[in-house]
Amino acid sequence: MRKVKDGILRGLLWFSAFVTVAVLLLIVGYIFYKGFRLISFDFIFGDYSPTGGGGIWPMIVTTLYTIAISLVIAAPIGILAAVYLQEYAKQGRLVKVIRFATESLTGIPSIIYGLFGAVFFVAVLKLGMSIIAASLTLAIIVLPVMIRTTEEALKTVPLSYREGSLALGATKLQTLFKVILPSAMPGILSGIILSMGRIIGESAAIFLTAGTVAAMPGSIFSSARTLTVHSYLVTQEAGDIELAAAVGIVLIVLIFGLNMLATFISKRLNKTDY
Amino acid sequence: MSIAVLERNKEAKEKTLRTMMNKSAEAAKISVKYLNLFYGEKQALYEVSMDIEEKQVTALIGPSGCGKSTFLRTLNRMNDLIDGVKINGDIVIDDENIYASNDVLKLRTKVGMVFQKPNLFPMSIYDNVAYGPRAQGIKSKKELNRIVEESLRGAAIWDEVKDRLKASALGLSGGQQQRVCIARTIAMKPEVILMDEPTSALDPISTLKVEELIGKLKKDFTIVIVTHNMQQAARVSDKTAFFLNGEIVEYDVTDAIFSNPNDQRTEDYVTGRFG
Repeated sequence: MRKVKDGILRGLLWFSAFVTVAVLLLIVGYIFYKGFRLISFDFIFGDYSPTGGGGIWPMIVTTLYTIAISLVIAAPIGILAAVYLQEYAKQGRLVKVIRFATESLTGIPSIIYGLFGAVFFVAVLKLGMSIIAASLTLAIIVLPVMIRTTEEALKTVPLSYREGSLALGATKLQTLFKVILPSAMPGILSGIILSMGRIIGESAAIFLTAGTVAAMPGSIFSSARTLTVHSYLVTQEAGDIELAAAVGIVLIVLIFGLNMLATFISKRLNKTDY
Repeated sequence: MSIAVLERNKEAKEKTLRTMMNKSAEAAKISVKYLNLFYGEKQALYEVSMDIEEKQVTALIGPSGCGKSTFLRTLNRMNDLIDGVKINGDIVIDDENIYASNDVLKLRTKVGMVFQKPNLFPMSIYDNVAYGPRAQGIKSKKELNRIVEESLRGAAIWDEVKDRLKASALGLSGGQQQRVCIARTIAMKPEVILMDEPTSALDPISTLKVEELIGKLKKDFTIVIVTHNMQQAARVSDKTAFFLNGEIVEYDVTDAIFSNPNDQRTEDYVTGRFG
């Protein structure tokens, strides 16, 4: 009887794993199948042409800009906020409230952030529909993710490291920069990777704050179109599934590449530490 | 208990304390008087008074939860890290009341600490030993090299690690790690070394090596060691204090504690009747 139960459970586990991988492969496979014919050097590095046949280089550049600016804003603020909450703040009611707030913020639909960005950054701060307005909005969206993952990473650093460092007459700040943050680095980097995914995947909030101008952005104050928004628009307006799928391929490769880069950096950082 | 009895008790305590202090007045490196410690509402140490002599090994023994580790951690103010700890009483090290001064960093370079489990950082052996001196602002490569070698030799581990100073310290065995922890502590040139059950996570052979090392270190350092292992206390220490429920029951030269204790509770503990 126990053997039968074990067999059933094993089967269920195998089935769940199989379904997960199968669905993933199916989606990626479908997108590649639909879009691979359009992929060419000109498609990736060519300028956009509204009459069709053009490339998506402006959207790739816009996407990279958005990722970089959002992370430059959100990563330091998020990491420092997490350090404060975890290492410095007195663990009382205020910290509990802040934690609850950051957790709730993770669950708010991005369109709400988009509306806020459209009102505050675009209109009130007069940034206009622009890459910078979108990046600021995205920074707010990923901030809770950054804070949560960094806090979790800091929690995994053993208390004994802190004690060891302080017992050697190091200050709290030295302990933080020399021992705690380096030990927490892999976790912090996975937070950054998660945030990148969130930024690349975002469309609604960007649509409302950066607009849809399909041209090479002149500066970060220009309105522009990211890959995800482009993919949405070509499906919606032109019904061109093939083009949308080709953009999807570029997105998948881009995410894959950025993740590899982050892992590589994390490994390099660790090497210099050991 | 009536107030009169309390008063008498206190007088008696003070009398024994005075005689104890007079006996060792010149040699006392650390002098603790009427130390009380509270974790929030809960009192963990009651009127602890003891003199710890210079360049001797003083062992603190007692059952789990008796306050011996808590007491040890008051000597370099590691309890400051815990929220809600209140302390009253005096701890004087070299004529300086350590709770009156705010220079905790200076105190911790003077009073080093080795922990229960080896707690080397995930860095190279070299960087671990150089950590303290670097935190003090020593940058000269030559100076650091000298300190690292001297400290590792002092902790009797130089020969085992000299060819792999740049390798991760976490690749060493537990016993080697603990001796590098000791090297890291003596790299600060402390005067006192606190050891909190330093061999409880080690195998018998590594334990023996650490005990031999303690015997050598007492030439240069004042050592206070908390231990669960009574044979260890008997082997390494000159004086032993027996803690029970946050109080010192008996404090005397180690031989007297183990062969001829004054208090019935000490006798029961060292003969293994409880604890």
